[in-house]
Amino acid sequence: MVDASLRKVTKRFPGIVALDEVSLEFRGGEIHVLLGENGAGKSTLLGLLAGMQQPDAGEIVIDGKPVLIDSPRRSMDLGIGAVFQQLLLVPSLSVIENLMLGGPWWQPVKRAAALRRFGELATALAIRIDPHAPVTALSLGEQQQVEILRALWREEKMLLLDEPTSMLTPQGVADLGRMLRRLKEKGVALILITHKLLEAYEFGDRISVLRQGRLAGEIDPEHMRSLSEGERTAEVLRLMFGTAANDERRRGAPDLAALTGRKAHRARPIDRSKPPVLNVSALATERLVGETALREVSFELWPGEVLGIAGVDGNGQKHLAEVLAGQRAVAQGRISLAGCDVTRGRVPQRRLVGIRYVTDERLGEGTVGTFSVAINLLLKEIGAPPYWRHGVTDWSLIHASARDKIRDHDIRTPSERTPVGKLSGGNIQKVLLARELGADARVAILNKPTYGLDLQNQRLALERIDAAAARGVAVIVISTDLDELLEISDRIGVMFQGRLAGIIDNTADAERKIGSLMTGAKSAAAKSA
Amino acid sequence: MNPLLTEPFLISLLYGAVTAGTPLLLAGLGEQMSEKAGVLNVGIEGMMLFGAYSGFVAAWYTGSFWLGFLSGALGGAAVAFIVLLLCIRRGLNQIVIGIAVTMGSQGLTALLHFVEFSRTYPRLAAAPVLALPYLSRIPILGKGLFSHSPIVYLSVLLVVVLTGVYRATYFGLSLEAAGNKPSALDAAGVDVIRTRSFAVLFTGFLAGLGGAYMAIVAAGLFVPFMTGGAGFIGIVLAMLARGRPVWVLVGATLFGVSLAMTTALQVAGLNVPTDVVQMLPFAVVMAVLVIFARHSMLPPALGLPYVRGER
Amino acid sequence: MRKLRIADGPAAAVLRVLLPVVLALVVGGVLLLALGKNPLDYYAFVVERGILRRGGLQETLTRMAPILLIAAGLIVAFRAGIWNLGGDGQFLLAAVSAAGLAPVLDGVLPRGATLLLCMAAGALVGAIWSLAPAMLKARYGVNEIVTTLMMSFLGVSLSNVLIKLVLFDPATTVPQTRSLPVDERLPRMFGSTVHSGLLIAVVVLVLIHLLMTRTAFGLKLQVLGANRAAAVHAGERVERLTVLAFVLSAGLIGLAGAVEVLGVWGTVRADWNPAYGLLVVPLVFLARLNGYAVIGFTFFFSALMVGGESAAHRIGIPQYYVLVLVSLLLIFLALVEYLDQSRRKRLAV
Repeated sequence: MVDASLRKVTKRFPGIVALDEVSLEFRGGEIHVLLGENGAGKSTLLGLLAGMQQPDAGEIVIDGKPVLIDSPRRSMDLGIGAVFQQLLLVPSLSVIENLMLGGPWWQPVKRAAALRRFGELATALAIRIDPHAPVTALSLGEQQQVEILRALWREEKMLLLDEPTSMLTPQGVADLGRMLRRLKEKGVALILITHKLLEAYEFGDRISVLRQGRLAGEIDPEHMRSLSEGERTAEVLRLMFGTAANDERRRGAPDLAALTGRKAHRARPIDRSKPPVLNVSALATERLVGETALREVSFELWPGEVLGIAGVDGNGQKHLAEVLAGQRAVAQGRISLAGCDVTRGRVPQRRLVGIRYVTDERLGEGTVGTFSVAINLLLKEIGAPPYWRHGVTDWSLIHASARDKIRDHDIRTPSERTPVGKLSGGNIQKVLLARELGADARVAILNKPTYGLDLQNQRLALERIDAAAARGVAVIVISTDLDELLEISDRIGVMFQGRLAGIIDNTADAERKIGSLMTGAKSAAAKSA
Repeated sequence: MNPLLTEPFLISLLYGAVTAGTPLLLAGLGEQMSEKAGVLNVGIEGMMLFGAYSGFVAAWYTGSFWLGFLSGALGGAAVAFIVLLLCIRRGLNQIVIGIAVTMGSQGLTALLHFVEFSRTYPRLAAAPVLALPYLSRIPILGKGLFSHSPIVYLSVLLVVVLTGVYRATYFGLSLEAAGNKPSALDAAGVDVIRTRSFAVLFTGFLAGLGGAYMAIVAAGLFVPFMTGGAGFIGIVLAMLARGRPVWVLVGATLFGVSLAMTTALQVAGLNVPTDVVQMLPFAVVMAVLVIFARHSMLPPALGLPYVRGER
Repeated sequence: MRKLRIADGPAAAVLRVLLPVVLALVVGGVLLLALGKNPLDYYAFVVERGILRRGGLQETLTRMAPILLIAAGLIVAFRAGIWNLGGDGQFLLAAVSAAGLAPVLDGVLPRGATLLLCMAAGALVGAIWSLAPAMLKARYGVNEIVTTLMMSFLGVSLSNVLIKLVLFDPATTVPQTRSLPVDERLPRMFGSTVHSGLLIAVVVLVLIHLLMTRTAFGLKLQVLGANRAAAVHAGERVERLTVLAFVLSAGLIGLAGAVEVLGVWGTVRADWNPAYGLLVVPLVFLARLNGYAVIGFTFFFSALMVGGESAAHRIGIPQYYVLVLVSLLLIFLALVEYLDQSRRKRLAV
């Protein structure tokens, strides 16, 4: 019984074909996983089903009839519920008010009926949330649960989830899995979009692999059950990446071992007998509404070391990055670099002593999208010699130097004067890395350096981090991708509710320890010496 | 005896405050809905002015005051429609278009008035007053507060109605979402553009009505640029009111009292220069802003056009 | 569908500027027709009186001085993403200050020193008048549209109060400040009636343009205006820059007020308010915040005002029409920009 299908759907955006004649089928009572790396077209597909965009060619068929989904309302009318990666809840309203959005506008709000429906769904899905609570009081996992409720509010027919585990703890992922299985039993058609292989196996009854906008292949349930794990992996990888020789976009055959799980961590020679280059003690930041501030963070960092910061989003990572970089004032505690107290300084002073910050908001904060690549490469040095003499700009020098950097860092751009906003995500990241991981860096903080990048650029970013560490830079990498952290970090700290729940060495059982720290379990033995 | 406590002074002050404050109240209430929805309607001054002119002309030629008020409201809505087309539907910069629309209205109404009436300034007959039974017989308060044009009472009623709408209808929720996180509203299946469009039209309607009141009731004639910044004051009232209509009423009252003070003082026999008294309300606003700066609350999506699916 | 293939070069840039102007003139012309007047007569008259006749041309050039300086002030503000809509108040208070100070210094100091000090006083007063909105925005993020407008109303009223109560010339019937004799005002240039304030204005405008485009300070302001978060990220002292941009902007507008008084009128009459504050906004946008382009547009705008005033007397089309034209210009400018951008997006396949 096919609930919905896409037939030869095509979608184009300026400069790219996001989906190219994709045909898929979705059945009730089945979890259909759409797998592909970033940029493969998964989110576009979701957008089409959710009514955000319309296909340029092909058709969408629901219950046997071709439909035009021209608005989110239409999508909801058809029984399709979508949960996006960015949570779409109005912060100034309560849970139940968010769920009541969308009623006929002239009518008084039917609170009682809404609360009844809430109770119904919450019981069915084993969700325990106070409907009158303001959205800002909920954790990210709970907010996601509210989104799922909202998606199923009118009709439990079809549910789409875009990268739902990206902001959950391991426990949260297990909870989500249980909920999805409950929904499966009720006959709901579930579509899960992800770029993580392991997740695809764990949840999926059926896996469809998207590659560069095309359907590379499908593994149906029977086939899934018949393959061993190793065979499944190989099959999926073959679909995702094809035969490397024909694909001119790839430099060389991707290392299968690198993709199945992670590279084994290569221990770096770090001399901890010498004094640390960065010393952070009892650091706290000011609490503001809607943000998680630092409560009491202390750690030391040695040259050439990579310290990974793990933790579910929203546990203070942003504050940590910003306070170290100087964008946020220190409310309490001290920061010292190579023995010098830099607590009072802000960004210019921190930069001067060699602290660098690669932000996760590449276009929102890291660059000015309308300005050229050349200016963005020098964004944090405006006024400094040799590009500025007595405050006067030497444009020819700036552009010449930009050309060099573009060449050295393989930044793909039509010219150094191109507005940086026109570059692809990977190239914008290259600009940021080129700018921050330069010669004078002593401590580099990177927030989600591989987020949203395709595999090749992810590799590149990690290589650059590795190279910087090899040069003696002390690196802090903040990420929600545990695999990545386990690959490159020497030690890993876990942020939980504004504190460093613990710092552990990257050894064999690190993952297990990190998992428990992420949920708040503190372990004296887990703290590093 | 203290000249400030005489009957003529108090009546003049109260009456003048209501007359001056009502257009401000209407402008403020209108602008408040726009701002809730995330639209910064800088063109409201133009909407008021256009409403003043179209209201005046309609009343002049038809002799009907109600037609005048309706015409004024529609005139304001017409100007709002332009803002709707350009800013809400197309996403042009709200501030630039707001300035353009204000200047255009100023010029157009003055031009039209010149063409119609040359350099004469014809006066309307006194607008009908609805003296509320019993209440209008209270000494001082009766003549000051309860013997006004029906528009005044409607405006105050509107405060109550809007409070109810914002708190207890789906539309109120939609407005809140449109101003705070339009993508959430879109995902909930409500047309953000339509919600904002309605808000802007409503602003124009009320602003136009306020302008018409100024021309028909308060002044009895139309003079170019006669709104004199009332629309901008409406913006300020809306911003300070933090989403509650009743605070717009409070602000409009305060402003009304300040504006009426000069005439009232003259009635009392005290001759304080107009300019000094005129400075009062603006000085008060600045003082309030300075004191309460930390608590000034504006919806996060204010001034930003909404484009679905844009990253 | 026919695709417009317009080259993306200087031709396109000129078109982006001319198109709104032409559209505004055409739509304005239609309006005139609807009112029973002949638009071609009007435009021809304006050009003749504003540019072609010697007297008109001098008047046009004279008008340019304050507008150029106000435009310089707005360029600084807009580059930094600040909506300084308080120009009227800043302009008037500065004018009154200069007018009040000048007669006092007149007998005491030589002409040059008097003029310089009065201009400085005007700039200073304008700058000070913007401090409250500047600090409110810098420290608390209070919307400057509201605060500058409020300060503008306050400033206009305050200047009237100053004229009527403090600085007035007892010898005149209409309240005004004591007049600065013609010989003591800004000297005329090259035997014409145009005062040297125009030269000052042009020089200042060019300097401001260079400041914006060729210095670190200008670039920092641009970053702040383009993306505040990026400015913070880049380590700019955002609060300081905001206040500086504000103060510089208002100071330039104040200078405009002083120059206008010291060059043309010698005095400020009560209730005098040319209200340039909003009128210059479209000019600056049309010129895309480029100083040189501003000079060109200001010339035509001044000619329009001078010619329009003459037309008001002779043809019976009141000066209000200019307001309508300017607003049409702004709207069409925004529309053309928008269409241009969406055309770019569509063609970038």
